[in-house]
Parts: sequence; C-alpha cells; structure tokens
Amino acid sequence: MSLRRIWRKVVNGAMLSLTGVCALIAVSVLFLILGYLVWHGGRSVNWSFFTELQKPVGETGGGMANAIVGSAKLLLLASLIGVPIGFLGGVYLAEFGGRTFPFIVRYTTDLLNGVPSIVIGIFVYSLIVLRTRHFSTLAGSVALGLMMIPITLRSSEEFLRLVPRSLREGAMALGASKWKTILTVVIPAAYRGILTAVLLALARVAGETAPLLFTAFSNRFWSSGWNQPTASLPVMIFTYAIAPYEDWHRQAWAAGLVLLALVLATNLVARLVLMRPGSLPRS
Amino acid sequence: MASASRAIRGPGLSGDPRAFLRRLQSGDEIAHLTTLLFGASVLFITGLLVYELWVNSALARHKFGWAFLWTRVWDPIFENFGALPFLYGTLITSAVALIIAVPLGLGAAIFLAELAPPWLSDSLTFVIDLLAAVPSVIYGLLAIFTIVPLLREYGEPFLRRTLGFLPLFQGPAFGVGFLAAGLVLSIMIVPFIISVSREVLLAVPTDQREAALALGATRWEATWKVVVPFARAGILASIFLALARALGETMAVTMVIGNNPQISASLFAPGYSIAAVIANEFTEATGDLYLHALIELGLVLFLLTFVLNGLARLLILLTAERGAALE
Amino acid sequence: MQRMTTLACLVVAVCLALTSPMGALGDETILVNGAGATFPYPIYSKWFDEYHKAHSRVQINYQSVGSGAGIRQLISGTVDFGATDGPMSDEQLAQAKTKVLHFPTVLGAAVPTYNIPGVSAQLNFTPEALAGIFLGTITKWNDPAITGTNPGVKPPANEIVVVHRSDGSGTTYIWTDYLSKVSDAWKNKVGKGTSVNWPVGLGGKGNEGVAGLVKQTPNSIGYVELIYAIQNNLPYGRVRNSSGAFVKADLASVSAAAASVAKSMPDDFRVSITNPPGKAAYPISSFTWLLVPANVQDASKKAILKEFLHWMLTEGQKYAEPLAYGRLPHEVVDKELKAIAQIQ
Repeated sequence: MSLRRIWRKVVNGAMLSLTGVCALIAVSVLFLILGYLVWHGGRSVNWSFFTELQKPVGETGGGMANAIVGSAKLLLLASLIGVPIGFLGGVYLAEFGGRTFPFIVRYTTDLLNGVPSIVIGIFVYSLIVLRTRHFSTLAGSVALGLMMIPITLRSSEEFLRLVPRSLREGAMALGASKWKTILTVVIPAAYRGILTAVLLALARVAGETAPLLFTAFSNRFWSSGWNQPTASLPVMIFTYAIAPYEDWHRQAWAAGLVLLALVLATNLVARLVLMRPGSLPRS
Repeated sequence: MASASRAIRGPGLSGDPRAFLRRLQSGDEIAHLTTLLFGASVLFITGLLVYELWVNSALARHKFGWAFLWTRVWDPIFENFGALPFLYGTLITSAVALIIAVPLGLGAAIFLAELAPPWLSDSLTFVIDLLAAVPSVIYGLLAIFTIVPLLREYGEPFLRRTLGFLPLFQGPAFGVGFLAAGLVLSIMIVPFIISVSREVLLAVPTDQREAALALGATRWEATWKVVVPFARAGILASIFLALARALGETMAVTMVIGNNPQISASLFAPGYSIAAVIANEFTEATGDLYLHALIELGLVLFLLTFVLNGLARLLILLTAERGAALE
Repeated sequence: MQRMTTLACLVVAVCLALTSPMGALGDETILVNGAGATFPYPIYSKWFDEYHKAHSRVQINYQSVGSGAGIRQLISGTVDFGATDGPMSDEQLAQAKTKVLHFPTVLGAAVPTYNIPGVSAQLNFTPEALAGIFLGTITKWNDPAITGTNPGVKPPANEIVVVHRSDGSGTTYIWTDYLSKVSDAWKNKVGKGTSVNWPVGLGGKGNEGVAGLVKQTPNSIGYVELIYAIQNNLPYGRVRNSSGAFVKADLASVSAAAASVAKSMPDDFRVSITNPPGKAAYPISSFTWLLVPANVQDASKKAILKEFLHWMLTEGQKYAEPLAYGRLPHEVVDKELKAIAQIQ
C-alpha cells in the first residue's frame, strides 16, 4: 500500500474513534451530573426537607415543604393557562385555515418560543405585578403558562397532522360534521402524542427560575390562594446555592435532586408514552 | 350532506348575513372560530410583549439613542447606561460555548448517525435528550461547586502556564468569569447540536454515501467530505438554534460569571451578560431611567434571539427544499 | 381515552379543591409582604419567626433582596413595607406615591472580611488602604499600605480579589458613604449609593453572595454585615476611626458610634453615623431602617404593622445582641414609639 493510503487509513481510524470519544463525553456528562447530584442530594434529603418550612437565617435544619407545594401550584395553573391555548391553537393550524394566517401564527409561535425566559418575566411583571400591586402565584403561573404555549401548540399541530387522512375521510363519509370528526376521531387518535407534548412542556417550565424572580417572588410561609407570593423549588435552589451557609448548600442539593428527579421522570414518562405500540396512528 | 360540504369549505365571506348566521349555528363554524381565536391569541400575546418592551424602554431609548449599544459605562449613580459590557459578555460566553460545543456535538452526531448501530444510536440519543431537559438552575448549582473551584485551582493556572502568552489567558484566576460561564453554556447547548445534527445527517440520502465509498473513499472521507457538506445547512441551523439558546440563558450564567460589567480581553476575568444583569438588578432599579435601560437591554436580547431564530428557520427551510429537490 | 380525560379532570378538580381550602383557612391568617436589605436579614428573619410564634395568625413574609429592591418595590407598591440600610434620598421619597416613614430597627456594622491563605490574624486597615483596595490602586496583599499597619503579619504577594455587591445594596451605601468621607479620590471617581460603578472586583448577590464568594475565593476581600462574617467563620479586620484608633466591630464600638447622634436624631430618622467622632466608635456603622408607608389602606395590615413596630422596639430588641446587632439607644426608641402614631 502506498504511503498516502496508509495515511488515509490512519486518519480514518483516528477521526472515527474521535467521534466515538465525543459521543462518550456527551453521554458521560449526563451521568456525572446525575451521579454528583444523587450523591450530594441523597445525603441531604431527609424527612424534614419535605415537611418543614425554612428556619431563620443562620439556624440549621428546616425544609422546603412550601417550595414543593408552591412549584406544584404554579405548574398546575400554568398548565390550565398554557395547554388550552396551545392545544386549540394547534387544532386550528392542523384542521382549519388557509395559507397566510396559519403561517403567521406558526411564525409568531416560534418567535414566542425563542423569547428568553427573563424577558417573559419582565413582560409579566409590567403586565400583572405592577397593575395588581403585588407579587402573586397567578403572575408566576401566567409567566410559566406563556412559555408552555409554543411547545404545546407546535407539538399538537404535528401530532394532529400525523393522523392519516383516511380516518378523517372515513368519518365524514359516515356523515359526521367536521367538528365532530375532530373531536371524536382525530384527537383521540393523536392524544398520546399531545399528552407527550404537554408533559414535555411541563418538564421544561418546571425548572424555570428567571421568570419567577419577578412574578411569584418568594414566601417564607405557606402561600394560600393564588394572590400571594409563593416559594418555589428553582428559586430556593438559586437563593441557597449562592449563600455562604453550609446548611443552605445542603438543602440546595436536596432541592436540586428532587427537582431533577421530577423533571427527568416526567420526560421519561412522556417519551415512553410515545414509544408504546399503538401510540402513533396507523393508516 | 349539504351542511357537510359547506363545512369543508369553511366560513367564507358571502354577502348574506342571514346565511352567515345560519352557518354559525352549525358546530363547524363555531369550532373554526374558537380555534382561530386561540391561535390568534398567540399573535396578541407576542404583540403585547413587544409593545410592552418597547413602551417601557422609552426613556432610555430617547436619552441614549443608538449610542446605547456601544457605550461602555453602566453607572446607576450618574445615570449613564450602556449596553456594550453586557453585549460583550453575552457574545463572548456564547462564543466560548460554541467553540467547545460545536466540535464535540458534531463529532458525537457523526458517530451516532454514521457509525453506531441503531440500538446504540437510539439509546444514546434518548440519554442525550434527557440532558437537554436538565433545568438551568441545576447546571448553575453544579457549576458553582464543581466547575468554578476546578477552574480556579487547576484549569486556569494550567491554561495560564501553557497558553499564557495570549491575552485571553492572562490575569488572576478567580474561578468565576467568562470561561466558567462559557463552559457551563457549552454543556447546556451540546444536546441541541447533537440531536438536530444527527437528524439532519440521517436524512442525507444513502446513495450519496454509497457513491463516495464506491469511488474509494474511506468511511471518514465519505462522511466528512460528502455527507456533512450535504447536510451543512441543517447543521448550521442547529448551531444557530444552540446560539440563540445560549444568548438567553440566565440562571447558570448569573451564578458563575462574576457579575462585573467590564470588558476584558482575558477569559479569566469576571464579566456580565444581558440576561444576568436583568436578573440581578431588575427588581431594584430605583429610578425610572435605570429600569427603562434594563428593559431596553431585554429588548436588545429579544431582537438578537429573534434574528438568530429567523436565520435558523430559513436554513432549515432551505435544507428541506434542497433535500426534496434531489429525491 | 374517555377514561383518561375523566381521570385528568378529576385530578385537576381535586388539586384546585385542595388549594382553595388553604385559601379558606387563609382567611384567618393575614400575610404581610416586605422586601429589602440583606444587611439585617438574620435579625429580621428571627423577629418575624418569633412574632409569628407569638401571633400565629400573622405571617410577615420578608424577602432579602437588597435595599435597592426594597426601596423600588415599596415605591411601586408591590410590597407592604420595605427595608434599607441606606436611607431613601429626597428624590426617591418624592417618587413614592405616599409619604414613607423610616423606622430604625437595629445598629449594624459593615466589616472588611477577607480570605488570605496563611493569614488568620485580624488585620488593621487604614481608610487609605481600604479606599485603595476598592479603587484598584492597591493590588497586592503585601502592599506597604497593608503591611505597614500590621507588623508581624506576612501576607503573600498575591493579587487582591475584590468582592462587592452586584445588586442594589444598603450595605454598599454604608460602605461607599464611609469611603466617600475618608477618600476624595473615591468620592470623585465613584461616589456613594446603593449601586455604584465599581472600578474592580467580582459581584455577589446579597450579603449572602458576597460572604459566599469571599469564603470560596482565596486572596479575596469583601464587605459584609458583621453577623455574616461571624456565622461563616470568616476573619474580619479592624478599621482606624477618626480618632486614630484601630477598632474592631462589636456591640460596644457600634453603640459608641450611635451615641453621638442618639440625642440629636432628626425627626425623619435619616442619619449617617459613618466615621463618627469618638475614640471607641467603629467607623463603618449604621442604623438600618424599616420603610413603612404613612397611609396604609388595608386596616388589618395597618394594625399588624403598628403592633409589630411596637413589639420590635420593646420585646424585639433583646434578640439583637445575640446576633451581634446593636440595640437602639433608648432615646431613639422613645422617639420612634411616638412616631408610630404617624401611620394612618
């Protein structure tokens, strides 16, 4: 073999191995993150973390019960705001409409998706917090809900489009009107994909901190109703991580572990739901 | 039957109001209008957002004009505000992130698309997609206690010893700074580059590869010289998308960038990014001009990500058309 | 599919139902929201906790976000009260829609805290040394300005890492107020305020952030409220006062700093006690204030605020000293108790 051919073979082997190394690095980063978090967080999670409130500054102990419940409330209301708008908007794009208006809607949705979360926080602050003159769970939920809309909308549209035409045409041939077709045939056929999209959107906003800084603020106590500021897991992690108290660091690790576990679990469930046989509509 | 055919056509504008009202009674029109309203609400929300950003930055825009973009000073006492240190910080950290993430991501994508057997490729992609789901604040939490001390004790002194002749790697090692922020960002954007590039590479028609191999190319040469250039628009789009994500990243950056609005040639120096300064100073901007200056920064960031996302979308569109044309 | 929808609706209904009774129970408890200074956060969090234990229906939610944010949010009306260690300026008071009252709560001290490898002694700092370090003109730990006043201590020849606040801070106000008084160069170049254009350094969020950065960064120096240095086992230095003595910040020296104004406290309680006369006074001391609107719409919140202020001035003061904050001079307490009546 000529020298050039040997060189090309060497380069071939080296570069291909290098790509394998890159993939290995990318994957091992995830395992390192998980491992480190599990190790530190696992040592710090205890029963009081889930049941107690924060202690005064400098005292050890206490927990983040109000932050866990606060995050749950925020996400619940955010879904109630974001999912209907996103879902029905997706129905519109997939089932109705001509060329220009849906194009504008799609483009604007992608635009909204790209808006940094901190800018959404500014928007909701000036829209709601300043006008109602207090920080509130409602404002935080609106901010998170707005972030859920683009993901839900585009995914709903995609999964509705995947439903084969033959199903629709079959329904119409049997005399169903369009809206009945959509409601009883198309949506049920696509619901798994849409559910996946909702879960993924939920997992994405569950970890958002920046928009909550100016909307839900934080709360030392239990927050009742929707009009009071509320503690939330991501904000607590941020506050405790940058502080000097060792006990706060310990709690930040625990909170990080809980948050990550919830987010990853939601992602796993969403993807597994999608991968089950029969989840994608067949012609 | 007649109503069904009318439903398929949808509510048009015929001059007859009574006919319109009659059609309105059928469920289809209601469904159409309802979903249209929800779809239109996205337009309304986005329009309102841009409006609020524009109106609430008026004071700063009128006082500083375009010079805001290249003024270096950020002085709340003397009320002189400029975006340059934050633009610099945002762009530098994103640049560092791309320099690290693009080779890594592209290499991994090539491996997953070309070399790995399908079971390995799918499962690794699954794992990497999970990486994309990790919240920003958790990256920040990890970075404060792992990356920052490692950089301060080992990483930055090492770089200073080996590459210290470059102004990039001079100066004291704080741990926090542009380099730390860039590193965290790179970890955060790698999954996006990998998943989009992998899909684009997989979409390249097999006859391209086979033609190259038939002509005697090694696998690497076939990949690098034929497949990757074919997919280059899509890969570029993935880079733009990753960049747009990096620009807007707030929490992880704010926890490790050092929070100092200064421009410095060294990567070891502390800096500031647009998103980080808004997060730190927004709730306390005493004085309306201060607040408006911060909102103007938000507007600048919004425009940056808008342009980048638009470019990415354009590229993806071009790739799709090109791929379709060759079928 | 229908089962799933029904299940989903059921889950949502249950969740909403669960959160609403918390609202019904919440009719019994009243939440008062405040935000502001991180300087007194340890004592405030203790106070609000103790007050809640004594009055279980009252929840005072205080968020430590910095004096600047406290002032801003009070002016915007998004919180019921604010807190700051830098008194509001006349312009800021004019911006607020209602009159804002200042109520001093405790006395505190901003101390220079540092993390120098190999040095655990308490360093003596002159005003010139502090100004030079924070201006960036003194760059190494073994500079004569530092070693000159610390015989017997051999700091390494390392670069000084300055840590300051990244957020709007009353502690910054106290620190820069002092530096402006002792250094013309500082006064002209940087000035005093809650947010200044720092010549050098890293920014930390809150007293907590600065203490955290100093703790983790070798060769660093920052300024924090005394209790943050103590609670985190960080060494802090002595500062030379106007009489020439190097004084350590503690209850005695901080109270001595306040003694000079105790009898001549202005009616609106806005006063600066940095660099005061007095041999035993610690030069970087300050009052810290609660900002309360003079007109409070909500009757129950108004009652709570007034009762809390009364409690704070009488019972609450005993919690101050264990946390290294100075009690208010009794002349000031008397004056404030009368001023509470101004809240309508």
